[in-house]
Amino acid sequence: MSTVKLTVNGKAVSVDVEDRTLLVHLLRENLNLTGTHVGCDTSQCGACVVHVDGRAVKSCTMLAGQAAGSNVTTIEGLAKGDELHPMQAAFRDNHGLQCGYCTPGMIMSAVDIVHRHGGKLDEETVRHELEGNICRCTGYHNIVKAVLDAAGRMKVAQAAE
Amino acid sequence: MYETNYHRASSIDDAVAQFAKGTDSKFLSGGQTLLPVMKQRLAAPSDVIDVAKIKDMIGIDVSGDTVTIKAATTHYDVAQSDAVQKAIPALANLASMIGDPAVRHRGTIGGSLANNDPAADYPAAVLALGAVVKTNKRSIAAEDFFKGLFSTALEDGEIITQVSFPVPAKAGYAKFPNPASRFALTGVFVAKTKSGDVRVVATGASQSGVMRVAPIEQALKANWAASALDAVTIPASGLLADIHGSADYRANLVKVMGQRAVTAAG
Repeated sequence: MSTVKLTVNGKAVSVDVEDRTLLVHLLRENLNLTGTHVGCDTSQCGACVVHVDGRAVKSCTMLAGQAAGSNVTTIEGLAKGDELHPMQAAFRDNHGLQCGYCTPGMIMSAVDIVHRHGGKLDEETVRHELEGNICRCTGYHNIVKAVLDAAGRMKVAQAAE
Repeated sequence: MYETNYHRASSIDDAVAQFAKGTDSKFLSGGQTLLPVMKQRLAAPSDVIDVAKIKDMIGIDVSGDTVTIKAATTHYDVAQSDAVQKAIPALANLASMIGDPAVRHRGTIGGSLANNDPAADYPAAVLALGAVVKTNKRSIAAEDFFKGLFSTALEDGEIITQVSFPVPAKAGYAKFPNPASRFALTGVFVAKTKSGDVRVVATGASQSGVMRVAPIEQALKANWAASALDAVTIPASGLLADIHGSADYRANLVKVMGQRAVTAAG
């Protein structure tokens, strides 16, 4: 057992876990942040994507101990109170989900893609960069539409700040 | 995953000392291969020594004709590096094709080389460019480093600290990725050194890991052009065969990826 101290969605937390605990299990089972999903558990599907120190990572392929001292953002940390993050709003408006299982990971990856590419995002780049996130319902079309829509909204929001 | 003890090393010396304390220790860097293998219970190290946050193990330096990448530098940082893109664009391009964005944010060059997966990308660049792998004990030439499937010249407790690539005259990489894992079904790295030597390496193809491809090297030495490979035949003996592709299919892929790599190199 070890004590892992990290910051999750802006809050400092300290959790006692077995050393073999994966970050996704610390989030879901110790912190009850069940928005982050476990899909394939083999680092291919992307349902478990969260941000660690500002970068999208697969939380099923990282030990909790590796995240000690880091700043973690999960899907629960995106909205400001009742106001959805522009990426969440765009997924809703563009019908970018059906069953919703992959959606938290899709959204965390998508926010990371927009952060990295800024205003230079096109459809081809979005499709290419979402290759680590698998959806079995929608066929990706509306997901890609949502990401491009959100990229525009996030640019506007940034300009307004 | 079986139980294990996690240690975060503060320096290279600390990592080596912590490694020696465990009964069956493993170094952990990005963990993009080791952790999946531990989850499948195919590996059960008593201790994992995390080297990913050691400051002396992270960074990229380009000086003169050498690109040096420290071992815990992530694929993302190599792919994004202006200095690497300028000095050896094929290397930055290769790093940008590993796995997916989330994998590239964690995976490191040292981890990839120490693991030596037969379908990994970096070993192809290291062998084709004639890089030197530096460890806490010695420098190892690329020719002497790779020893077949998942095995290398590294001794128990020896840790890769950095890799130095000589800047080539020309280089290119092309791969046919497995659509799910993004590992190379076959990838080919072609390089022409500044002294005019040609080195061509295929990954994902051979049963014994990364391999030089003599027929393509000879053809390109005579004529550096994709069309020079039209008449080349790659023997299928010793190549991998699985549900994704037969040995004959991979033999043809070596040639086709070789042609695309030459086109990419210009």
